[in-house]
Amino acid sequence: MKANCWMGRNTVEVRDVPDPKILNSRDAIVRITSTAICGSDLHLLDGYVLTMKKGDILGHEFMGEVVEVGPSVSNLRVGDRVVVPFPIACGHCNACEHDMFSLCENSNPNAGLAEKFMGHAPAGIFGYSHMLGGYPGGQAEYARVPFADIGPIKIENGLPDEKVLFLSDILPTGWMGAEMCDIKPGDVIAVWGAGPVGQFAVASAYLMGAERVICIDRFPYRLKIAERAGAETIDYEDVDVQEALLDITAGRGPDACIDAVGMEAHHPNPAMYAYDRTKQATRMETDRPYALREAIMACRNGGTVSVIGVYAGFVDKFPVGSFMNRSLTLRSGQCHVQRYLKPLLRRIENGDIDPSFVITHRLPLRDAPRGYDMFKNKVDDCNKVVLSA
Amino acid sequence: MSGAHDSMPDRLAHMLGWASLVLGAMQLAAPRAIARISGVDDSPAARVVIQLAGSRQLLHATTLLRGRKHATGLWNRLAGDAVDVTSLTGALVGRTGARRRRVAAATAGVIALTGVGAYAALRIRRARGRAADTAESELRAAITVKRPREEVYRFWHDFENFPRFMTHVDSVRMSDGQTHWRVRGPATKAVEWDAEIVEDRPGELIAWRSTGGSLVPNSGIVRFTDAPGGRGTEVRVRLLYHVPAGRLGGALARLTGEHPEQQVRDDLRRFKQVMETGEVVRSEGSPEGTRALRQAFQRRAQPVA
Ligand SMILES: NC(=O)c1ccc[n+]([C@@H]2O[C@H](COP(=O)([O-])OP(=O)(O)OC[C@H]3O[C@@H](n4cnc5c(N)ncnc54)[C@H](O)[C@@H]3O)[C@@H](O)[C@H]2O)c1
Ligand SMILES: [Zn+2]
Ligand SMILES: [Zn+2]
Repeated sequence: MKANCWMGRNTVEVRDVPDPKILNSRDAIVRITSTAICGSDLHLLDGYVLTMKKGDILGHEFMGEVVEVGPSVSNLRVGDRVVVPFPIACGHCNACEHDMFSLCENSNPNAGLAEKFMGHAPAGIFGYSHMLGGYPGGQAEYARVPFADIGPIKIENGLPDEKVLFLSDILPTGWMGAEMCDIKPGDVIAVWGAGPVGQFAVASAYLMGAERVICIDRFPYRLKIAERAGAETIDYEDVDVQEALLDITAGRGPDACIDAVGMEAHHPNPAMYAYDRTKQATRMETDRPYALREAIMACRNGGTVSVIGVYAGFVDKFPVGSFMNRSLTLRSGQCHVQRYLKPLLRRIENGDIDPSFVITHRLPLRDAPRGYDMFKNKVDDCNKVVLSA
Repeated sequence: MSGAHDSMPDRLAHMLGWASLVLGAMQLAAPRAIARISGVDDSPAARVVIQLAGSRQLLHATTLLRGRKHATGLWNRLAGDAVDVTSLTGALVGRTGARRRRVAAATAGVIALTGVGAYAALRIRRARGRAADTAESELRAAITVKRPREEVYRFWHDFENFPRFMTHVDSVRMSDGQTHWRVRGPATKAVEWDAEIVEDRPGELIAWRSTGGSLVPNSGIVRFTDAPGGRGTEVRVRLLYHVPAGRLGGALARLTGEHPEQQVRDDLRRFKQVMETGEVVRSEGSPEGTRALRQAFQRRAQPVA
């Protein structure tokens, strides 16, 4: 089959690879009909996530048709249409039983590796480094889906791929980002990053009853899409973010701040940007935490900072004094997607949200490298790329 | 590994740790002064180089002052010293007079500290060599399994289950209180031994010991306790291998090609997978399932042909 492979820093290639086979009795094989490129894939592309190997198949947002099931999968049949959640989770460990699926204790065969970097190991994830399991991803014609009896959700109502594909990752991720803010009536929420994840966080915050949602980025076309989801916007290259937020909230600061940017943040001041770029290049820090630093400083006293942007290792100048002295709450995590599949599918079905508004580009799988380039370099106002077989 | 502990290298490591801390702090805080003292203040790059060396020194300091693993800290510091000596000897070239004398003095200072570090590191290595000759090695590992204690105990008690989660165990056969083990490694041919159960408290613990002329006399005990708050069962394993002197030093590690401690931990992880999910979990990068050696040499994440 054809699959999009990571061939080294900044290079992906569509290559011929063997077809997947059932390896565990709870596996299913899915023929992929739609798959997307995620901001997390850019972190992998750019080489900031350790333990990638040349040839690894990328992609963790995918859906398709079941073509084979292992002997222990009784809930799915050949021909079923499914969306596959990106964290691989067994459903029976302590973490899974508490709905913390991205912390599944059994799905990462390379837990020992992850422990060395992080102290304890999170779950395995499709196409997301060897530290997170060494599973091939879904930017391919087929994928093996472990624990298929627990993860995938069946789509039985004929909704088109574009409306349900993002259940695999970014819709639940944006949702969880807002959920972690514990939104109460009257709350003002600030979202750093007007990428697809930030845009879904904006939409979710409104669905949860936020009074105002402010989205921060520097690309006007992305901010426009966030506006369509209801946000007021700040272009951080035009105005000082802290001042703007103080003004909007009459000096209080946002009640909760969502970091939907992650480790490759950009900084408008070239000196600051160079400082962290250098530290990152020399591996003195692995992540550039501008959005996180800013979110912590901006948040109101006693507020919550919700981190859904992905970080990989260590950061510098973490404003711990602000965090501690002002009674802030920091919440985070790879999304526990399985937890949100059913409720969010229901919201799509009843028209609360149509996630397809984030899509700007549709390409065939063989054009994946072009898709990565457009998405990364914001070519042609690219916001979200969907690949199909 | 046990054995009489040689505390001298620890003391030296601590001393070097403090030296690194002081030096690193000075390099970071006052790179210009350091450049002057070591005679390289005429070079525009000196400040950056010195600050970089300073942050490296701080790293050495943290590993040396904090760690129990002094050997690693020491070898790291030695590697760092090599970098410094190289840049300093480079700096000697083309400098004359007072400046050259200062560069030379700085170089001599670094070399002296390198000497101390090398002495301590070698002394640890020698001590380890001696210990390995005679040691009885002890391995401990623990894991929490989300299943009732009785069930976990029962599964373990059926020794014939072992090959399902212990990668190196080919087979275990049981006949009235006696078990016959067959263990294989990638490099060596199979090793077999008999073992007997020496204590068996249902739901609580199982202890066993090899009998007769086993090549690698060993014993083990596994304890089962309720994990607090309904989290299942805590499983704690302790294994003792008596490795005879000489030819069999490190025999087990060589037998299996993996670090024994890691191996026991991996066995427990697979045990948990089997108990909680029904089988050993496989990825294309690790198609055999959790395995230390495979973690170091992953297949790429593509389907297994
Ligand atoms: N937690 C999870 O489960 C999960 C799931 C999916 C994605 N993610 C992460 O979410 C983040 C966003 O994903 P995406 O797909 O929207 O990516 P994206 O790259 O499309 O969006 C990131 C946006 O952040 C903006 N940005 C950069 N620096 C900024 C700054 N200093 N202030 C404000 N905005 C800034 C960029 O201009 C860009 O528009 C990534 O880090 C991704 O890895 C997390
Ligand atoms: Zn993603
Ligand atoms: Zn689990």
